[in-house]
Amino acid sequence: MAKAKVATTSLCGCFGCHMSLLDIDERILELIELVDFDRSPINDFKEIQGPVDIGLIEGGCANEENVKVLQEFRRHCKVLISVGDCAINGGIPAMRNMVPLAECYEEAFLKGPTVVNPSGKVPDDEEIPLLLDKVYPAHEVVKMDYHLPGCPPSADTLWAALTALLTGKPVDLPYELVKYD
Amino acid sequence: MSPESAAFVTGVCEALDNDPTRLLDILLEVEAQFGHVGGEVMDLIAETLKVPRVQVEGVVSFYAFLHSEPRGKVVIRLCNDVIDRLRGADRVAEALEDELGIHFGETTPDGLFSLEHASCIGMTDQSPAALVNDVVVPSLGSSKARRGIQVLKEKGDFDELQKLLIRDHGDGNNAHPLVRSAVRNNLRQPGAVIFGPKTKPGAALERALAMSPAEVIRELKTARLRGRGGAGFPTGMKWEFTRAAGGDERYLICNADEGEPGTFKDRVILTERPDLVFEGMTVGGYALGARQGILYLRGEYAYLRPLLEHVLEERRASGLLGHDIQGKPGFDFDIRIQMGAGAYICGEETALISSMEGKRGDPKTRPPFPAQEGYLGKPTSVNNVETLCCVARILEMGSGWFSSMGTPASTGTKLLSISGDCSRHGIYEVPFGITLREVLEMCFADEPFAVQIGGPSGQMVGMEAFDRKICFDDLATGGALMILGAGRNVVEIAAEQLRFFVHESCGYCTPCRVGNVLLLERLEQILAGNGEAADLDYLEQLARSVKTTSRCGLGQSSPRPVLSTLENFREEYEKLLIEPVDGQLASFDINTALGPAKALTGRDSVHFEQQGGER
Amino acid sequence: MSDRRIAFTIDGRKIEARAGQTVLEAAEEAGVYVPRLCWMKGLTPAGACRVCTVRVNGRPQSACTQPAAPGMIVENDTEELRELRRDVIDMLFVEGNHFCMFCEKSGACELQALAYRFGIAAPKYPFMFPRRELDASHPDIFIDRNRCILCGRCVRASQELDGKHVFDFVGRGRDKRIAVDAEAGLGDTDCAATDRAIDACPTGSLLRKRVGFAVPVGRREFDRQPIGSDIERPAAAE
Repeated sequence: MAKAKVATTSLCGCFGCHMSLLDIDERILELIELVDFDRSPINDFKEIQGPVDIGLIEGGCANEENVKVLQEFRRHCKVLISVGDCAINGGIPAMRNMVPLAECYEEAFLKGPTVVNPSGKVPDDEEIPLLLDKVYPAHEVVKMDYHLPGCPPSADTLWAALTALLTGKPVDLPYELVKYD
Repeated sequence: MSPESAAFVTGVCEALDNDPTRLLDILLEVEAQFGHVGGEVMDLIAETLKVPRVQVEGVVSFYAFLHSEPRGKVVIRLCNDVIDRLRGADRVAEALEDELGIHFGETTPDGLFSLEHASCIGMTDQSPAALVNDVVVPSLGSSKARRGIQVLKEKGDFDELQKLLIRDHGDGNNAHPLVRSAVRNNLRQPGAVIFGPKTKPGAALERALAMSPAEVIRELKTARLRGRGGAGFPTGMKWEFTRAAGGDERYLICNADEGEPGTFKDRVILTERPDLVFEGMTVGGYALGARQGILYLRGEYAYLRPLLEHVLEERRASGLLGHDIQGKPGFDFDIRIQMGAGAYICGEETALISSMEGKRGDPKTRPPFPAQEGYLGKPTSVNNVETLCCVARILEMGSGWFSSMGTPASTGTKLLSISGDCSRHGIYEVPFGITLREVLEMCFADEPFAVQIGGPSGQMVGMEAFDRKICFDDLATGGALMILGAGRNVVEIAAEQLRFFVHESCGYCTPCRVGNVLLLERLEQILAGNGEAADLDYLEQLARSVKTTSRCGLGQSSPRPVLSTLENFREEYEKLLIEPVDGQLASFDINTALGPAKALTGRDSVHFEQQGGER
Repeated sequence: MSDRRIAFTIDGRKIEARAGQTVLEAAEEAGVYVPRLCWMKGLTPAGACRVCTVRVNGRPQSACTQPAAPGMIVENDTEELRELRRDVIDMLFVEGNHFCMFCEKSGACELQALAYRFGIAAPKYPFMFPRRELDASHPDIFIDRNRCILCGRCVRASQELDGKHVFDFVGRGRDKRIAVDAEAGLGDTDCAATDRAIDACPTGSLLRKRVGFAVPVGRREFDRQPIGSDIERPAAAE
């Protein structure tokens, strides 16, 4: 039987959820028996190669690139999972949602204490993705199939959810494994 | 604060015995004097009444007619309910903004004019309408609005607003020297009960006083009178409960806080039949064993207060109020008028009582019901204006006369307030049991496509319901009928009604405070072309949650615009939906999301082309 | 059995209440947990959050305000009511800014604990991200309105337990918020760090300064056991 394909990405996140995935320790040996990785920071593929069984999304959508990547994942992944608080509610980056976007740009490019910007303008460089009006949780941009909250979700949580999905069992996590912090 | 201002504030408090339960009256007087209730004034009132300052702030911030910040000398409150908007209120708004150079919610830099919206001021039969301070300006077109502003700017004498704004007085008592308003009654069809021939004040009371209180209540039960506010609770039973609650103090409250958009029947009753209302209240005082009656008059109808006070004086002078009324030893009863301050929720009887007690207009926990513990903790009956008129007429003419009209379960007549797409807006007094179709013909409805029955908290029905009957066990209603002609967008109207509830929710309970905002947000997305089939299920589920878990009638009925339009006009929603592909969500609109950043950086998106609103 | 006991059923289980008890109190005494948030032992019930919505003879009522009456048939733990309660909890989450990952109250927060109990992984409604005011003017206490769910427990506790009136509501509808009895902020009120109103807050909206994060993760109130576990007992054998 072919191994399941898994893809992962971090949108507007801190990679902490990916670190937590690595925290499954020696179980990673079991995992690679079960899956092949498609696009992921783990193998540094920049594009999704083909149909994916399970996509893991860390982080919410803060800019246009995040939206593009998330939509690409949704197109290719049979099952898409929001991993961690940032994907689920925007997390720390979403604290900017209470501040008007113009003030965010101003702080970052014009008036912040460490800013050196002789042009005195907000840069229009295409390399700097346009920010969205606010940070969106992943499930407010595309349909998500599962949510694994936590900051980050523990390695046990990720392991339990992944193994359940890979073995065709319902994702029914025990009380101790669903936490928001 | 100047010593004179401080003396004014303490004087107002003193005149009401420094009684904290009269806080609303105190605040209304202070607001009338200073144009707002500022922080220092709140401190002083709190100190004088010996209540916490935060409590005063809580009340000030609750009511639309009270403000903590100064506003213009002339405050223009333009009504923005559904019918007013259908009839051009938005164009009037533009004209006002243009003429004054400010937006709604703002005050001109010279401090002369403020623009505000009002939820519904009870003038949908002569909409668009506005309140300019407390002067009602009905049938306001955009050119009339411009002219009015120019006149006000030129004359600059705002003490005579009424003279400046009103050229012609309305009909009937609208032209009374104590009213002098431009409002028209639009009484299209008088019936036998309310707008029948005027009878001599005291006629009903005379019959009532010849009976025992229990017999009076029995007479109402025999007449099978049910409350006219919409819920239809049997009036006799309500009074029996209140009387049975014991204690030696009871209250009768007449609910004249008519706030349901599209309803204006009480306005016409209070203008033309104030004696009948007070007569019914006095009969109630006798039946309940209450010594005090209170008429809670919505702030928007303040222009009627001088007339009402005058009628009360006349009744006192003729021995129809006061001590030993009509020679009946020990029957003491008087009526005072309590002004409301612009909060729809206060039409809910327990919120009305909270408001009368000088509190925020939050509904109270039930049980206990007002019949057990109402105003100031005493047994209280709260009755609709129209119901009390029926009481007086039943006593005068007999229960048999009354119950011969209408249907067996819905006796008597009902006042309908008709507005919208028809050529004869106004008040119709009809026997219960009349079909919707008959009503639509009566008012010359213009290609009726849908009818909103009972205001936003009622239901919107389509043509398949036109043969249904207006009565308690079919189309039950407080009497507001808004007619919508072909071409009206029912989804937009549902959203408008949700906006009303979002604005008027007291915020006490979670589902009404939050759920209505969520419903409105999704409706707006659908209207903007960002809706998909799943959103209709979302709306339905959310609406059911709000309806089932809300604490009071407002929250329980607030999702009805959504539920009834989804039920009766689902295809109107379906027309607006799109079918997103690849697991995307219709509600996420990349153009909206990127709009501000494009403007700030001055560049377009690399990944997403602007798609002209269509997807 | 004394005839002063009020007998009724909750989900078919026989309950006996004392006169004056609410459905919620009688249920709790009998070992039945009715989820609640704005209710707190010793305070006048408010019926504000609606989490304790039950059906009494078919009609939805808040269990915390509904007096027990003989013969009542109460539904509590049904699929419909669980769903409605989840909706109410979801609404509270999206209405505020609940960043659990850095909140001192996390693990002991009743809102969070209810969400855990109901198995909520993500709210079904979009977040509102409101802009809310903080108040750090008091030397020992701060108010973070981002986390306030307008339950009014501090309002009632201050009056009923502390004999003060530090907190109250201002504004209406979606603009409703908690305010304090001084224009300048909490620091100008007679609120003290020992006030029971501070402990009354079910979330991290009202907290004492400099004492956060004292309990390690894993040992906090709701880390191991769902909220309500201390109340629930199996029905006694008939």
